[in-house]
Amino acid sequence: MKRTNELIVAIAVLAVISVITWGVFAVGDNMPRGVTTYAQDVYQLHNIVLGIVTVIGVLVFTAMFTSIVLHRRSKGFQAAKFSHSTRAEIIWTAIPVVILVVMAVPATRVLIDMENTAGAEMNIKITGYQWLWKYEYIEDDISFFSALDRDSNRARQLGSGINPRDVENYLLEVDNRLIVPVDTRIRFLLTADDVIHSWWVPELGWKRDAIPGMINEAWTLIEEEGVYRGQCAELCGADHGFMPIVVEAVSREAYAEWVAGQRQELADAAHDAARLWTREELMDHGSRIYQAQCASCHQDDGRGIEPAFPALVREGVPTGDLEHHLQTVLNGREGTAMTGFRDRLQPQDIAAAMTFARNAWTDEEGEVIQPSTIADLDQG
Amino acid sequence: MSTATTHHDDHHGDHPTGLARWLFSTNHKEIGSMYLIFSLLMFFVGGAMALVIRAELFAPGLQLVNPEFFNQMTTMHALVMIFGAVMPAFVGLANWMVPMMIGAPDMALPRMNNWSFWILPFAFTLLLATLFMPSGAPASGWTLYPPLSLQGGNSLAFVILAIHLMGISSIMGAINIIATILNMRAPGMTLLRMPLFVWTWLITAFLLIAVMPVLAGAVTMLLTDRFFGTSFFNAAGGGDPVLYQHIFWFFGHPEVYIMILPAFGIVSEIIPTFSRKPLFGYTSMVYATASIAFLSFIVWAHHMFTVGMPLGAMLFFMYATMIIAVPTGIKIFNWIATMWRGSMSFETPMLFALGFVVLFTIGGLSGVMLAIVPANFQYHDTYFVVAHFHYVLVTGAVYAIMAAVYYWLPKWTGYMYDEMLGKIHFWWSTIWVNVLFFPQHYLGLAGMPRRIPDYAVQFAEFNMISSIGGFMFGFGQLLFAYIIWKCVRGGEKATAQVWDGARGLEWTVPSPAPLHTFDTPPLVEDNVAVHRDKLT
Repeated sequence: MKRTNELIVAIAVLAVISVITWGVFAVGDNMPRGVTTYAQDVYQLHNIVLGIVTVIGVLVFTAMFTSIVLHRRSKGFQAAKFSHSTRAEIIWTAIPVVILVVMAVPATRVLIDMENTAGAEMNIKITGYQWLWKYEYIEDDISFFSALDRDSNRARQLGSGINPRDVENYLLEVDNRLIVPVDTRIRFLLTADDVIHSWWVPELGWKRDAIPGMINEAWTLIEEEGVYRGQCAELCGADHGFMPIVVEAVSREAYAEWVAGQRQELADAAHDAARLWTREELMDHGSRIYQAQCASCHQDDGRGIEPAFPALVREGVPTGDLEHHLQTVLNGREGTAMTGFRDRLQPQDIAAAMTFARNAWTDEEGEVIQPSTIADLDQG
Repeated sequence: MSTATTHHDDHHGDHPTGLARWLFSTNHKEIGSMYLIFSLLMFFVGGAMALVIRAELFAPGLQLVNPEFFNQMTTMHALVMIFGAVMPAFVGLANWMVPMMIGAPDMALPRMNNWSFWILPFAFTLLLATLFMPSGAPASGWTLYPPLSLQGGNSLAFVILAIHLMGISSIMGAINIIATILNMRAPGMTLLRMPLFVWTWLITAFLLIAVMPVLAGAVTMLLTDRFFGTSFFNAAGGGDPVLYQHIFWFFGHPEVYIMILPAFGIVSEIIPTFSRKPLFGYTSMVYATASIAFLSFIVWAHHMFTVGMPLGAMLFFMYATMIIAVPTGIKIFNWIATMWRGSMSFETPMLFALGFVVLFTIGGLSGVMLAIVPANFQYHDTYFVVAHFHYVLVTGAVYAIMAAVYYWLPKWTGYMYDEMLGKIHFWWSTIWVNVLFFPQHYLGLAGMPRRIPDYAVQFAEFNMISSIGGFMFGFGQLLFAYIIWKCVRGGEKATAQVWDGARGLEWTVPSPAPLHTFDTPPLVEDNVAVHRDKLT
């Protein structure tokens, strides 16, 4: 009689727990399916393992709650005396081992595939900086920085008064996207300039740390055109949450066109670095560069957050003389979060940002720094 | 069966009163109480920090704190909870209960015991003082990964000194526990008759002695890198930032088990008591604990699968990590087999122990998922991981500590706690802790990284739910403090036995346990005294 009783209760408990489990899965999000071959392998693997552990959990909890329902003192249930069973111990050691092997086999297969970076058709070097990314297309000789876009950056300031819901792709949009061709086996080389970052786009199926002084490898082959968004995944300082990644996968033809366009821009930039700029041009360009590169530490009003992030301006007077300012911007300051921008920005960007910083918050006319000055210093 | 102990304080010399009583105490019960009170205080300090985090994450956009301070909160929350709340709570429980469970009059090294405790307030004063320093508290996560941790200000030196002090305290505590267990057991208390709580603490103490010096080494190298020009972890100087992670996690993974093995021991005491049935598979429980402890030394790199390791290394660490599921599974199956056909009742300690079994199992199962390297590349450093380790640490370690407090509180105070309030505390906590942490699984899978102060709007709903759960759970813990306070003040008188199903030497002494117990060692004649079958 006892056995039947236990069976009936167990079935009822199983039903209740299954419904709860179903509910838990129904309300939640799952991992994205992914747009590369092995991202989908990872997704399948995740689902298989999630399924297995869910079944194990449901069975374990069914046994436990069946006991809780039936074997209560309040119902006058007398305690049994048994306290060990070698057979039971062997069974519940052996079965988990078998289940683990079942999970380990596909996991090993997918991992071996993921780690095989051979046969790349193109290489992209990714460098993490506080708090933006640099992308270098090795074969096509293109390189640029990619930082949080202006709208998100404004809205995310403490007490900005801007509702993030009004900003399109809040915190997941950048100024320059990583453009890549579909159906191309791309190898990524990851490193960092200052601290450890981690490059992660969920739709690609992996993340990999970008570590100063080391180069990590990973690969992808995107099968669907589209825009895929991700974020830095390793705590890298104050603005860790504000260095997104946006990958735009385009057709191979569109990619070739984009490369040609970039070449033209490079030629224009070289011309820009050499010519003389007006104050207005520098201020206008400088405000954009300042927003993207400087404002996260030194703040929109140039007052910084002392003592970690020094003020650039005090009572309307730019702090530091021009020479000191130049050295700091070009070479950085050791032992602080300030990195050198010599290799990170074009001469006209540095000149414009410095001009902006020395003029934006003062009533007097401050110095104008010409791109050619920076370019000459760079060579010197 | 042991004899009830006579107690007479007179021949123990003078008993200072007031502050001196606590400052100079060498009594295991008084020191145990101090550890537990300290731990409760830190639980609220760390909890307040968690509430700052959850308040900022309540809605997208930055509303309350700047990102730098947010990072200080995540870092300090972890350090305070791990080193200030969970570890001292277990040491406090060991202080109170281990001598009473093995029939010893006190800890083996009472003066060192005093010192182990009194180091802690100084350590945490140093740590918490960094919040008020110009360069702020550490903001690089409790893992203190370089190069980021080296960018901070001089407060890093205070943090490192604080960690050294905590390490010294832990090592001294561990030495004391090992010395006590190996040397001071009552006649007849053979190793395989010891209560599971004693066994798990013995193994934990060895883990502590093995790994706290490793942490000390890691943070000392940080100290010299930051202040004395060395380059252990500086690639530009020939060092290796990843080396730190390997050293840190060689400490860090055993540390995780330091925080869970004593919890296993507590649950293994409570479930038999309220099932009125001996612990199922005692010997396999002991071996499973020892296996988990051994495995904890060879799985460290599963915390860092994304740093770029050779394929062979990743496979090794994946397989080794998966194997942990086997001894852990054995424990869970044994607990359920203990309940099976028992005569169960559901007082507050049992409720927390059952809550532990269910919710820790959920954390364990997500742990199996995390071991699968290709999937780990997606889960790593996301809220999925945050959910996982809070299930094993909050509903695991903290639930076990609460179960233990309710279980032994009548023995400590001589009064029964308020059962109704205890049950309310359990149900309130259990509902809200799941509202708090379960949605974080979804957030992680959907792509939300951990340690970010602000997030994309698609994560808004689950963050809001999680924050509501956090506030409800957090403020609910004030009830726990109130229940303890009320029980200390008075209530229904507790008997020596307290729980009708309880077995073990601690239940043979009166409630409240007198200052000195087992001046004359009891004689342990059979297994029944310690919750085991007569025959084994």
